[in-house]
Amino acid sequence: MNEMNEVRKPPVATTGIIGWLRINLFFNWTNSLITLFVIYCLYQFIPWILDWTIFSADFKYNYLGEQITNQEMCSRNLDPENGGACWAVIYVRFYQFIYGFYPKVEVWRVNVAYVMLAFALLPLLYAKLPYRKYFLYFTYIFPVIAYFLLNGGLGFAEVSTNKWGGLLVTLVLGCTGIALAFPIGIMLALGRRSKLPVISMMCTLFIEFIRGVPLITLLFFGMVMLPLFLPEGIDMDGLVRVLVAVTLFQSAYMAEVIRGGLQAIPPGQYEAAKSLGMSYWRMNLLIILPQAIRISIPPIVNTSIGLFKDTTLVIIVGILDLLGIGRGTLADTNWLGLSYEIYFFVSLVFFIFTFGMSRYSLYLEKKLKTGINMGAD
Amino acid sequence: MSEESIISLKNVNKWFGDFHVLQDVNLEVKKKERIVVCGPSGSGKSTMIRCINRLEEHQEGSIVVDGIELTGNLKNIDNVRKEVGMVFQQFNLFPHLSVKENITLAPIWVKKMPKAEAEELAMRQLEIVKIPEQANKYPGQLSGGQQQRVAIARSLAMNPNIMLFDEPTSALDPEMIKEVLDVMVDLANGGMTMIVVTHEMGFAKTVADRMVFMDEGKIVEEASPDKFFNNPESDRTKLFLSQILHQ
Repeated sequence: MNEMNEVRKPPVATTGIIGWLRINLFFNWTNSLITLFVIYCLYQFIPWILDWTIFSADFKYNYLGEQITNQEMCSRNLDPENGGACWAVIYVRFYQFIYGFYPKVEVWRVNVAYVMLAFALLPLLYAKLPYRKYFLYFTYIFPVIAYFLLNGGLGFAEVSTNKWGGLLVTLVLGCTGIALAFPIGIMLALGRRSKLPVISMMCTLFIEFIRGVPLITLLFFGMVMLPLFLPEGIDMDGLVRVLVAVTLFQSAYMAEVIRGGLQAIPPGQYEAAKSLGMSYWRMNLLIILPQAIRISIPPIVNTSIGLFKDTTLVIIVGILDLLGIGRGTLADTNWLGLSYEIYFFVSLVFFIFTFGMSRYSLYLEKKLKTGINMGAD
Repeated sequence: MSEESIISLKNVNKWFGDFHVLQDVNLEVKKKERIVVCGPSGSGKSTMIRCINRLEEHQEGSIVVDGIELTGNLKNIDNVRKEVGMVFQQFNLFPHLSVKENITLAPIWVKKMPKAEAEELAMRQLEIVKIPEQANKYPGQLSGGQQQRVAIARSLAMNPNIMLFDEPTSALDPEMIKEVLDVMVDLANGGMTMIVVTHEMGFAKTVADRMVFMDEGKIVEEASPDKFFNNPESDRTKLFLSQILHQ
């Protein structure tokens, strides 16, 4: 009987690497066949892609050792049998990809803004950051600093936004759109659920209208129609017009996402907050929204990633974001035919940012779940 | 009698759609009085006490709590809610906040109490409900009985004059009911004005000053516990008692 009580270890074949392989990759014969097929595909694909992107690729010089200044000098055009990617186009045009046509003398300002953006994001990303409170103050004033840095004023020479481009425009549109749309979306979501029929109707109308219209239409609207609503003599900057359109679009989606979260909050939470004497705003800010937003993190990040990629649509109103610069480069006779390299690079940059966002959302979900059992009963 | 009343319901009527859930309800509650409300489900007993802190709106009649009449006036509603604490069947703790934060939240934000003072208060309330050691846990980590005791502590932290209990033990496992009832008995002995909707007849016999029996939206019988349990007047009450006492 005593031996029955001894701790029995699970059978060897179900734990460790072998156990994992057996359960996940070779569970039965179909499973094994699929595993083998995928391994074969990877075996064919990975060496090829590594060779093309790295081992046979030109970065600055071609295989003759000359510095590449146009597409004819790329190894793959000189010797189609052997050459790989010709990254020289990215190397030569790197400045434009990152800054657009921002004047070279002033470009340090963009670099400072990039570094400051990283610092502004830090306290949002890491709750345990030392001196987080002070970092957060910085985050709040960062948009103002960034505005003067990038646009000019306060002693900085003015740089018109039509000189902005590339990653700079992509980040300005993406960050501002997401950051502004979040609070507006919350207000719209609360408004739509409001008991006051006028507010609720206005919010619903706004959300449904914006959601029912493609972003491109809104961009045209921003470009063409918005100036008509402004008093005469006031000229609205092109990028600002686009920003307004992007923000409106994103806030409508954000509102619906947050409304979904709000609907998941049991009525008892409202009742408990009310019975403690909390006002509408306190109840929402302290009790309802923290829970609703927590539930909505995956869709919030999802729509944010969507917006970040949708900013590429600004190309149709003549603003050159990262993709726009890429397409502009392709139209240059010097770099004709390098579409693989350029689209690969642009995709990679977008992927780095969106993948970062997605990992961050996972981290957030995990962090917020620890110690809190939302489905407690 | 009416001047002494801390809660006074006069001819209160309420409808959910076409369903007449409260029909001419009259109830006077004196200071420090303990009222136990019972009745079959759907009889309107929860709705009645939820009208007292305006979680539900009554459509006819008047409800006066501590001299304040409940109307559409938001200021009055806020004032009444500061006087009246409520404990729910489903506890309704805030799952994203720790036990201590659940208790300090309203004192800090509604009463503008300094944080340190509120935390001290929270610990005192947790001592009263006998779970000070759970202060830093989250509601999801507690048993049902513990959660309900935190909910009681959370209400008490606002220092209410009146406590409403809406079936506080109905969602609990049997072995946890006693720990919650014990806290409620302590509270009753401390002189709190209480209205308790419950089916715990043992509790009713020990603490109630008056029993209120409701059926189909009406108060059918009001009597002292002794009379209510031993010598009820209405047949409906007799039937109800025979059913719940012999289950």
